[in-house]
Amino acid sequence: MNPAKVAVLAGGLSMEREVSLRSGSRIADALRDRGHAVTRMDLDDGLVDALVAADVDVAYLALHGKAGEDGVIQSLLELLGVRYTGPDAVASSLAWDKGVAKGLITRAGLATPPWLTLSSDAIRDMGAAGALDRILSTPGQAVVVKPAQGGAALGVRLVDDASQLPAALMAAFSYHDTVVIEEFVAGTEVAVSIVDGEPLPPVEAVPRTGHYDFSARYTHGATEYFAPARVSHDVLDACIDLAMRAWRVIGCRDVSRADMMIDGDGRPWLLELDTCPGMTETSLLPTAAHAHGWTFDELCERVLAAALSRAEVPTAS
Amino acid sequence: MSEINPDPYLARYASRTRGMTASEIRALFAVAERPEIAFLAGGMPYTAALDYDAVAEVTGRVIADMGPWALQYGGGQGMAELREQLVDVMAAEGIAAHPDDLVVTTGGQQGLDLVAKAFCDPHDVVLAEGPSYVGALGVFSSYQADVVHVPMDDDGLVPDALEDTLARLAGQGRPPKFLYTIPNHHNPAGSSLSERRREQVIELAEHYDLLIVEDNPYGLLDFKGETRPALRSFAPERVVYVGTLSKILSPGLRVGWVAATESVRDKLVLLKEAADLCQSNLTQAIAQQWFATQPWHEQVDTYRAVYRERCEAMLGELAASFPASCAWTTPTGGFFVWVTLPEGVDTRQLLAKALRARVAYVPGSAFFADGGGATALRLSFCYPPPDRIRDGVRRLSEVVAGELELAAALYGTRR
Repeated sequence: MNPAKVAVLAGGLSMEREVSLRSGSRIADALRDRGHAVTRMDLDDGLVDALVAADVDVAYLALHGKAGEDGVIQSLLELLGVRYTGPDAVASSLAWDKGVAKGLITRAGLATPPWLTLSSDAIRDMGAAGALDRILSTPGQAVVVKPAQGGAALGVRLVDDASQLPAALMAAFSYHDTVVIEEFVAGTEVAVSIVDGEPLPPVEAVPRTGHYDFSARYTHGATEYFAPARVSHDVLDACIDLAMRAWRVIGCRDVSRADMMIDGDGRPWLLELDTCPGMTETSLLPTAAHAHGWTFDELCERVLAAALSRAEVPTAS
Repeated sequence: MSEINPDPYLARYASRTRGMTASEIRALFAVAERPEIAFLAGGMPYTAALDYDAVAEVTGRVIADMGPWALQYGGGQGMAELREQLVDVMAAEGIAAHPDDLVVTTGGQQGLDLVAKAFCDPHDVVLAEGPSYVGALGVFSSYQADVVHVPMDDDGLVPDALEDTLARLAGQGRPPKFLYTIPNHHNPAGSSLSERRREQVIELAEHYDLLIVEDNPYGLLDFKGETRPALRSFAPERVVYVGTLSKILSPGLRVGWVAATESVRDKLVLLKEAADLCQSNLTQAIAQQWFATQPWHEQVDTYRAVYRERCEAMLGELAASFPASCAWTTPTGGFFVWVTLPEGVDTRQLLAKALRARVAYVPGSAFFADGGGATALRLSFCYPPPDRIRDGVRRLSEVVAGELELAAALYGTRR
């Protein structure tokens, strides 16, 4: 493709800043190797001036977490008339909140584990602690407690004993004031990445500790990856079908990653949709691209090409 | 087979790397370092208080007068003239030493590393205060030593607890290789070992044949300019002393030292040469000239005044805004205040909330090798200006108050 002027946006004030910086460094290196003119930018109070001055063809978003994945930066770029990679502001904000995304997905008839949301206000001001014994009331049941907004498994806890629930809620509330309490699906952890409408091989993640937490995600060797996932072709197809349908329901474009669990019966359940997937060495999207025969450079360039294929957005008035 | 291995070296790593994993807390520190955050987490000296014209002059003179030497390899023990100056620095605290007792190291941190390398085999026991300096715990962990903590209070390490621990370990046939301690203006606890306790610790060391590693980065930074007798002064043969210029001059020079008996010193020189051949002649010469030609006591006084003002700002705001159920130490020097919150609050989890409120601290568990410190946190007053400190403490107090309310509602203590 023709060399482009690219601003790689990474960092920001989100709790996933470190992961974002790692993603951004790798993307910037890859695009430079491919001959593009790359400028790296952080999200700070000089961003708008820097973007205007740089007069780039496209902004490559390597942002994870709040302000990067929730539609905020996307809206700002639309206002500035700067093309950017990834889903638009509306799709980003819909996928960003796990409760909202699960609601949309359920209404579209797709499978996502049963859940409820709980806010810290309800605990503090409405006596919701008195209702917690209704959760995990069935023996053998387990739930995943997670912040309704945020990624990288930050603040996420698996709870199979009601006595651990308050501590898990405290951990999740630290990241966001509303949490999603989701029925735990035991089985195989799989992620399906989609690049410009094309599904990549589903990647199976097998954390050595049994928990796919932050440490398992970002420590080399802490998780074994298999791509394609070690399940039957029918199940692989079902995973891809679920990811493609979720992509359409949310209205994605360019790139996304659907995280799911395959239960004991071979049925995939969608957990969440990531509109700006991690691009670190241990991340799932680059792993899927590798299994698909793409180098990392090629993956970055395909995402870039998808964004550049759109007409330049007119500046909002 | 569809396995994808992002790290082909996995099977080759030494066992000592096993604990080295990505952590949620460390990732959060990438946010903490942004300028929008009131950074009450770092132990960086306020180097802007240095006289930069004087530093430039000293550095220029080193290059002009001794360039070929300064840019050459040096000896493993370190520059002799610098060691003479370092003896004077120790003397300012009333500590006697000879230049030949000293080995110059890359900061006090390398001193700790070389000492641990000299003494620790895997699974050896090292005693340390609880809490203890996180950088020392990292060193001990890299040599696979087992750290056993000894509790401390407002007067520093508790001698009775030290005796109990020594007796217990003796009973188990696991005598500790040494006790690692920071007697003055402790990092992170902010307290100092009382004089009476210094004598008791030395008595216990004699009785139990205990070696002491005395780390003294903050001894000269007492707010009133008072000094306390070093453990080394009581029993030089039982104490390996670690010093540093990082807090009284600059951490960027990376100059520290170890003072030890001849036999230990010889081992440390060989280990130093094996680690990095020699200390940088350039930075040694700058440090040596600084102490030989500049009014360095005045510079220390300047630092002291800066830190005293900042500490007062922090303690004042803690008293004004923190919930009554929290407790904290009252430092008489150094960089840190240790805050203890009520049970039921985990300061590791609270960090994300604090960062959302744009204030950063270090969770207490970072200073324990055994999972302790869950309800504690360390605040640093050394780097941000007083207004920023007050603002940060105020914001943190709101976060803590909110967390206590939430914990009370969740754990039912309000019912």
